[in-house]
Order: sequence, then structure tokens, then C-alpha cells
Amino acid sequence: MADHGPESVLRFERVVVTFDENPVLRDISFNMRRGETRIILGAAGSGKTVLLKTALGLIRPDSGRVWVFEEDSSDFSEHQWMKLRRRMGMLFQESALFDSLTIEENVAYPLLNQGAPPPPGEVRSRVEEILTFVELEHTLEKFPSELSGGMRRRVGIARAIVTDPPLILYDSPTAGLDPITANTIMELVAKERDTKSATTAIVTHRFQDGELMAKFSYNPGSGKLEPVLRNGTDPVNTVFMVLKEGELVFEGTQAELEQSRDPYVSKFVKH
Amino acid sequence: MLDLLKIPVYSIQEFTLLTGRAYRNLFLRPHYWDDVVIQMDIIGFGSLPIVVLTGFFSGAVMALQMSRALSQYGASGQVGQIVAIAIVRELGPVLTSLVVAGRNASGIASELGSMKVTEQIDAMRALGTDPTKKLVTPRLIATAVVLPLLTAIADFVGMVGGWIVAVPMLHLTTGSQYWSSSWRSLEYNDLAQGLGKPFVFGMVIALVGCFYGLQTTGGTQGVGRATTQAVVVASVWIFVLTFFITRIFVNM
Repeated sequence: MADHGPESVLRFERVVVTFDENPVLRDISFNMRRGETRIILGAAGSGKTVLLKTALGLIRPDSGRVWVFEEDSSDFSEHQWMKLRRRMGMLFQESALFDSLTIEENVAYPLLNQGAPPPPGEVRSRVEEILTFVELEHTLEKFPSELSGGMRRRVGIARAIVTDPPLILYDSPTAGLDPITANTIMELVAKERDTKSATTAIVTHRFQDGELMAKFSYNPGSGKLEPVLRNGTDPVNTVFMVLKEGELVFEGTQAELEQSRDPYVSKFVKH
Repeated sequence: MLDLLKIPVYSIQEFTLLTGRAYRNLFLRPHYWDDVVIQMDIIGFGSLPIVVLTGFFSGAVMALQMSRALSQYGASGQVGQIVAIAIVRELGPVLTSLVVAGRNASGIASELGSMKVTEQIDAMRALGTDPTKKLVTPRLIATAVVLPLLTAIADFVGMVGGWIVAVPMLHLTTGSQYWSSSWRSLEYNDLAQGLGKPFVFGMVIALVGCFYGLQTTGGTQGVGRATTQAVVVASVWIFVLTFFITRIFVNM
């Protein structure tokens, strides 16, 4: 590709995914660059989750190509994907914590199973550190069923980011949560993005999640999210995408999204 | 017509692929030996009480059934031999495997099925673990190893059950005659098929349980369906395979 700018982290090229002959993703193409935040909006069943799972290689496309970290994954074996996934973190929709493992074991899982495991003492301190990051340091010995939905989501985030992956995918991080908890979760997502400069893709049906990511950034000095100054040196690079029944119907900035006249797209902005 | 065949053909294809991967993993790293030991404990030690009970009563009832028939021919002394052959060749392996299929094919299918519907299998793959290595192969090894051991225990307890009926209860024969006739009647061929069968059935139970678990779709209802299918299919395979394995040994 002859374009410039930061390297591509995730690129879809005319990707089609079908389930039982029903197309779930239709001809999806986009290019996500390093340092970018991408908000993927869409109604339930529009293919958002399938898109993330395709990016992770959990679902193989029927046609088209998926490039991850500038590697064409089309002919990758599961073993090759395993290596690639070490550089990707994923928060699943319902957190998908291993319910027979404790919180500590859940968070330590990627450390112990991705490549050569670090020494046991290091694992413990890393798990404690990351659970402190999501403010759940007191839950080490608990099981997922003993935590509330919001806390489970935070553990899910901790597990996704414990290895500091350069690309993090969040599947509906705020779905089914009350507005206060949802806000806490989004603050964590922004904090991770801004402290580690992680490239972030967020699937959501809430426009305000995207708005928060686009307009706020984490200030490590104050320990809070602060509005981003729109003075041309905007450090936050946020792109919005809207999916409708498996088709990509919009891709652009927040301002472009707000100005869209498409009745389906504009529904996400009105809130 | 073709549509009707599509689902069974697809299932056979997927089952074959899963079986192939599970066996290939035996030679590929990483090996999850901790999981193998945990599964041996769950499947082996966990099944022990029910296997002992089943074995004991099948031996006892065998002696009871044979008591009248044998005394008609004045052959009551042979009760030990009959109980031993029936238990070691057929009843021990098949009944133990059926009990373990009911207990563990269902357990495996529901555990893996629940993990599937709550995206834990996907999470496992996303976090760098191959579910066939972490979940399927340890269960395959564990079941194939413990089922012959459980069968050996069931066989012994079954003979004790037969002894209790034949000697203290019905006085058909003496204790020493019971044990010596049963011991003398057994050949290496009997032991080979008596322990070879549960080895094969163990693999079938684990693979069928894992297959239906990993194929689960449709939430909790799907988990229930997968569990039932796993038990039914594993049990039917045990009956079918015992026929073919016996056929091989009878010809030998």
C-alpha cells in the first residue's frame, strides 16, 4: 500500500462472513492504524461481535483478507494465530471469565499461557498491579460468580490488558450495566488507552461511549479523565464506524457522524 | 434428501477432525498434565463408589441367577467360573463403562457446553490456549487410563458379590472352590478383552462428551441437549463396540 501515516494494525479487505448461508459480514473493508481508537456502532445482530471475532481469528472469513500487524492472516494455521493473539487483548461481551478459576487465576491465565511464563512471584505481582489498575485488588481469591456484573467486566478488562497488548478489542464493555458503572468501565478503557498508547477498538451500541473516548483523555497527573483540547494537536485519534445488517454504512469522525443524514446512522447520535 | 444427510455427514467430519486433533496433541507441546491428574481424580476417584456398587450387585445377581440353573445339573460348584467369565469378559467392562458414560460423558458435555455458550472456549483461544489441548486431550488420556482400572476394581468386587451369594448365603459351594474355579477359568484372552474394552470405551466416552460439549449452541437449553446426546451416543457406541471387540477375541 502506498499510503503514509502510522503503520496499519488491523485491516479488513472485502471480508465476508456467512453463517448457514446467511451473510453476517458483507464486504467489510477498513484500515485501523496504530494509536487509533475505533468505535464500532450498530444495532444488535448487525455483526459487531462477529467483526471482532474475525479480527482475532476466532471466526475465519468466507472471503476477503484480514491483515493484523501488517501480516496477512488468510492462510494462518491456529498455531500461527496463537502467536498473533499474544499481541491482542479482548474483552468479551459477558466477560467470559473462566468460572471455575479464581480472579487471580483468571487474570494470570494469559501470563501463564502465552509464550514462556514468567517466574511465579512476578506473575503474582503483575496480577496484583493490574487488579489495582481496575480497582479490584481485594478480589484475588474470589470466584467470578461472587462478583457483580460491573466487577466481572473490570476483571475481564484486567485479563485483556495484563500482557500490555498493543491492540485491544472491547466487545460491548458497557452492555447491561447501569450508567454509573458503565462510565467507570469507559474511564478504565480510556485510561488503558492513554497510559499504554494502545490501539483500541470498541464495539458498542451507545454513542456516549464513543463520545467519551473521542473527547476525553486520561491525565496521569490528576488521575482523571480530562476533555481533549480541540486545537489541531488532538492526541486522540478516534474513528467511528456504523454497521447495519453486516454492512459498513458509515466510517468517519465524530463530527461527520453527527452530521450524517442517513436515518439509521443518525439514530445512534440522538440520545 | 441431500439436506437430510448434510447434518450427520458434517457431524462425522467434525468428530473425526476433533479425534484427529486430540490424538495429535499427545505428541505436541504444551501438555497439560495438571489437567490430566484433575480429570483422573474427577472421573476415576469420583466414579469409584458407583462403580463398586454396580460391580458388586452385578456379580451377586449373576450368582443368584445361576444358582438354580446350575443346581438342576448338579453343577453348583461351577458358579465361581460362570461369575468370573461373565464379569471379566462382559459385565464388568460394559456396566462400568455405561455408568461412567452416564456420569462423565454428561459431565464433560455439560462443562464444555457451558463454557462454549458463555464464550469461555473463545476466550481460551483468544488467550493463547488450544481448547483441544487444554480440554479434550487431558480428558481423553484420563478416561482411557482410569476406566480399565475402574473395571478391574468392579470385576474384583463383582466376584466378591458372587462369592457372598454363592457361599455364605446359598451354600452352593465352598469358598476355596469358588475362588479356585474362578481363577482357573480365566485366561489371558479374557483379561485382554476385559481390560482392552474399557480402554477403547474410555476414549469413546471422552471424545463423544467433548464433541457434543464443543458443538453446543443455543444457551442453557443447548447445554441440556448436548448432555443428553452425549450420554445416548456414548452408550450406544459402547454396545456396538463391545460386539465387534468380542467378535475379534472370539475368533482369536
